[in-house]
Amino acid sequence: MENPFGKITTYKELAKYFHHNMSLMYGGFGGIGTPPSVIEFILELGIKDLYLIGNDTGFPNIGIGKLISHERAKKITVSHIGSNPIAGKLMNEGKLEIEFSPQGTLVERIRAGGVGLGGIVTDIGIENEQTKQGKQMVTINGKKYLVEQSLTAEVSIVYAKQSDPYGNLTYDKSARNTNPLVAMAGDITIAEVDEIVPLGSIHPEDVITPGVFIDYIVPTQGVNWKWVWQ
Amino acid sequence: MAIEDRNRIAKRAAAEIEDGMVVNLGIGIPSLVLNHLQNKNNIMFHSENGIIGMGPSPKKGEEDENLCNAAGYPVTIRKGASYFDSTIAFAIARREKLDVTILGALEVSETGDIANWIVPGNRVPGMGGAMELAKKAKKVIVVMSHFDKYGNSKIVPSCSLPLTASSCVDLIITNVGVFHVTKNGLILTDIFLPYTVNEAKKQTTAKFSVSPTLAIIE
Repeated sequence: MENPFGKITTYKELAKYFHHNMSLMYGGFGGIGTPPSVIEFILELGIKDLYLIGNDTGFPNIGIGKLISHERAKKITVSHIGSNPIAGKLMNEGKLEIEFSPQGTLVERIRAGGVGLGGIVTDIGIENEQTKQGKQMVTINGKKYLVEQSLTAEVSIVYAKQSDPYGNLTYDKSARNTNPLVAMAGDITIAEVDEIVPLGSIHPEDVITPGVFIDYIVPTQGVNWKWVWQ
Repeated sequence: MAIEDRNRIAKRAAAEIEDGMVVNLGIGIPSLVLNHLQNKNNIMFHSENGIIGMGPSPKKGEEDENLCNAAGYPVTIRKGASYFDSTIAFAIARREKLDVTILGALEVSETGDIANWIVPGNRVPGMGGAMELAKKAKKVIVVMSHFDKYGNSKIVPSCSLPLTASSCVDLIITNVGVFHVTKNGLILTDIFLPYTVNEAKKQTTAKFSVSPTLAIIE
């Protein structure tokens, strides 16, 4: 494949972007749409004390759950940990700090980061002590809202179906989920893809994430876990 | 709860859904509602991981790992379906495009407050999308066991657990009966045999009145 933008790369070349204590944002919902090979690579690199940002903690051996089960994260901003009991256990032991954000709010915070805004205002969570704690309230047109800060990360990792050499992405069904938002919110964004196709072969109308947001593209080595339904 | 009880609850909840509605089903008993829709063929099921137009589970061997519901289990789609990212999934909720959401709960109060995301110091699954769904769906139906694991009523005068959302529940369906949340308090409209109204009163800490047209359901 021609590589005129230098974005198509190898896992080995990506190693320099990962370090201890970094912030890492990941796409996926219950592991579906989370890039399996990049996660495996981060595990192999021995990266620890990660600040993770994503929808949920996956399952113990699925998706981002692998990094959590191996105690590589010190903090996570997430909407749900119910499918990964190890996350709950680490939280109760004081080994993992968890910031819960309502799912719709969390993805808008990620989107806000990705589109260059400082935050969002929402009425979700306004009546819950846990979700409004320490947050500013504003009144707009007589209605009260919470101010929720935007989120970005040093590195974002996403999974997509197809990429061209510029990083124009298409996704696969419900594996799209948070990926297009996470893709925009990384200082460096890495797309792990099923297929790299020639420039021009994805119709511009079909592009979901414009390649301008994508820094690196690596081919997937495939899902290396068993799904809950298998 | 026995599967017959769970199915009876699901069947009663299904009766609240009209053809053509946009509906979000939670995990557990809510997902059983799918089995009781009879001839309502044009319901658009919304899933917060980014689908409208979700269909039933695929046959064994025909699963697609990238086409799943919010619980991570394979589904299919129907004609007219669409996929979208998570912000759109919640735009649908916040813009009040959901006609009905059916979800489980740890506690529901007599004013329609719902608690279903945290038991401090114990079980802390997180709220997921429940705050948006509970607060913004046009009709919120809670389906749950009437009792917690200690046998205590889960329909309470006011919630002791942290709230998911306040004053949002319209209907509570348990293995004991069906309770409508109204401005004048809870009204028992259906009772599931072998429970009686007296027993329901004894087993429920929240106050409720009894509908003059109470339905007795086998």
